[in-house]
Amino acid sequence: MSSDTTNNSIDAGQQALLDKVAPATLEEQVLVTNNRDFSWVTNKICRIVESNAPNWWWVCMSVALVTASFTLMGLIWLVSTGVGVWGLANPINWGWAIVNFVFWIGIGHAGTLISAILCLLKQGWRTSINRAAEAMTIFAVVCAGIFPLFHVGRVWFAWWLFPLPNANLIWPQFRSPLEWDVFAVSTYGTVSVLFWYMGMIPDLGVLRDRAVQRLSAGVYEETSKLRESMARYADVFRKYFYGILAMGWRNAGNHWRNYEMAYLLLAGLSTPLVLSVHTIVSFDFAVAVLPGWHTTIFPPYFVAGAIFSGFGMVLTLMLPLRALYGLHDLITQRHIDNMCKICLGTGSIVGYAYIMEFFIAWYGANPYESFAFINRAFGQYSWAYYIMFSCNVFTPQLFWFKAVRENASLVWIMSILINVGMWFERFVITVTSLANDFLPSSWGYYSPTIVDIFTFAGTFGLFSTLFLMFLRFLPLMPIGEIKFVMPQADPHGHSDDGKESQ
Amino acid sequence: MANIFPKWVNTVPIKVIVALLLIKTAIVLGITYYFSPQYTRVGYAPTQPVAFSHEFHAGTLEIDCRYCHTFVEQSGHSNVPGTNVCMSCHSMVLKDDARLATVRQSYDSGEPIPWVRVHKVPDYVYFNHAVHVNRGISCVECHGKVDEMEVVYHAKQLSMGFCLECHRNPEDYIRPVEEVYNLDWERPTDPGAVKEIEEFVHDWGVNPPQSCSGCHR
Repeated sequence: MSSDTTNNSIDAGQQALLDKVAPATLEEQVLVTNNRDFSWVTNKICRIVESNAPNWWWVCMSVALVTASFTLMGLIWLVSTGVGVWGLANPINWGWAIVNFVFWIGIGHAGTLISAILCLLKQGWRTSINRAAEAMTIFAVVCAGIFPLFHVGRVWFAWWLFPLPNANLIWPQFRSPLEWDVFAVSTYGTVSVLFWYMGMIPDLGVLRDRAVQRLSAGVYEETSKLRESMARYADVFRKYFYGILAMGWRNAGNHWRNYEMAYLLLAGLSTPLVLSVHTIVSFDFAVAVLPGWHTTIFPPYFVAGAIFSGFGMVLTLMLPLRALYGLHDLITQRHIDNMCKICLGTGSIVGYAYIMEFFIAWYGANPYESFAFINRAFGQYSWAYYIMFSCNVFTPQLFWFKAVRENASLVWIMSILINVGMWFERFVITVTSLANDFLPSSWGYYSPTIVDIFTFAGTFGLFSTLFLMFLRFLPLMPIGEIKFVMPQADPHGHSDDGKESQ
Repeated sequence: MANIFPKWVNTVPIKVIVALLLIKTAIVLGITYYFSPQYTRVGYAPTQPVAFSHEFHAGTLEIDCRYCHTFVEQSGHSNVPGTNVCMSCHSMVLKDDARLATVRQSYDSGEPIPWVRVHKVPDYVYFNHAVHVNRGISCVECHGKVDEMEVVYHAKQLSMGFCLECHRNPEDYIRPVEEVYNLDWERPTDPGAVKEIEEFVHDWGVNPPQSCSGCHR
């Protein structure tokens, strides 16, 4: 592993062999570049929330709020009029609402994967992206939850989804995958919030202490008296706000010991969730006996697709943030490479699944199944199928090339294409199978209404609003954990410029 | 560094937890009591346009339910009698009594008396009287002891849970068909009679629907 030890212990014969094959030395890139020190990291991350909001933040926030109001209008329209305002009609009774639900739930998966599985696998590069990815997960779950909640029709009866005792003496249908979904998604949401919040406690303590220090030192050098007192009041607010949220964190040794243990336990708890949530979402389709849905490949294929779209979304969010906040030393090319490679891996699994579905449709020799797949590719929805296939199968293959991975703008555009493709995947799965089922006389064509479009477009506004609030008020990256993986954190690393520290 | 929060804050979290638990308990108990049909429906006793006493007619005089509610055995809907049924007796009994003025007026004009409905299932519930009374479900199971009511009131919950309790265990409610209109019939406890009732359930093929579409058609 270490070049020092290999050099010292090999004999002459081995040395001759080594000279002959001339192995390339693989240099592991450090996770925090430019030889930054600990206080630089603390300052960099804390100042995002401590300094005044940049102009782009206000612009984005206004746009996001206006867009989010679309969802509100769409939902008011829906509830006051009835579910008929959505484009649902026999035989297609699962339209955009289910597509959007699966789309948003899928996006959340990257956060859980980064925070749970990469933590257990001791992947140091997770540290600078995990907080934002976890926030993304939670906000995506919020957006996802809206759709099935309102799809029940009478939203005021949505509490019937939970097994609560009632005067009707009835229980939810526990044999239905839709009911499993309720538990899968609510567990997922709860554990994600716990994980996100618990991981933030040390950083909230840092923000609290910095506000207290500024207040006691009284260093407010602003241009006017008004600005000065505003800055002071902001710190008073921070003192209490972060003081409450930090729950008495004192940075003590036993605090850190408990924190590490709790973090590990939560990582263990949420690891199965990475796989289970989208497996159960796929059961919504796979348990039904509809050609094109009733396939055993769905769970692994859905999970891979979810992680694929989730990492797409992480790239979509982190690349602009890196540029806007100047975080190039924290989110390095190594981080982007790794995320691109995960997109490549999961995207290839998704592409394999698309092809395997066709193979099984032929190999299974079921005429309805073969029809369902031929219809997908060449039927009335073939345009959606081609968008899905080109975005999901061809786009990630470009990540094989280093030049592509190093071109941030290109990676950003591709990351958006990935999520366009993944939305169309859910559309193709949901709608094509329903539109052309066993009975040709009942076939139909589904089109969304303006209400569908408004409600869905608005969820991007809701997601952005929540994410912008997160940027403004909560620490974007785990300060302590980044310091663990810095070259400077390893006192023995000085001899070789910190190359061994990861 | 000075403390951020004063000392009294130390007990705030536990107080908040206790308060939340109390509020939660109050909400759960409140909803359980005030939102249940036991509270919202049972005891409803509207004043009727004519002070007709079921206690006197069905109880003291022992007039059979079916004398007035004539179609209950044949029809899904159990009818409220027209005034001609009242007049079959009251053309001779108490024929000039002031309390029957409304009845006579209705009989003469043909305008029905606007009785206030007491028992009503929602429009989305299908309920068939004939099916129930012809398979040993007595009036008393849903309407209570009407023969003891001076003013008819809502005696049972008639909630979905109330229906399902019987649909799930019909043998606990079914009685011999000839006892359906005997509101004073007491459920026997000896094993022979219990077995007899279980045989009714079997022989009559009583299989009450429990699926949604059984009642929500």
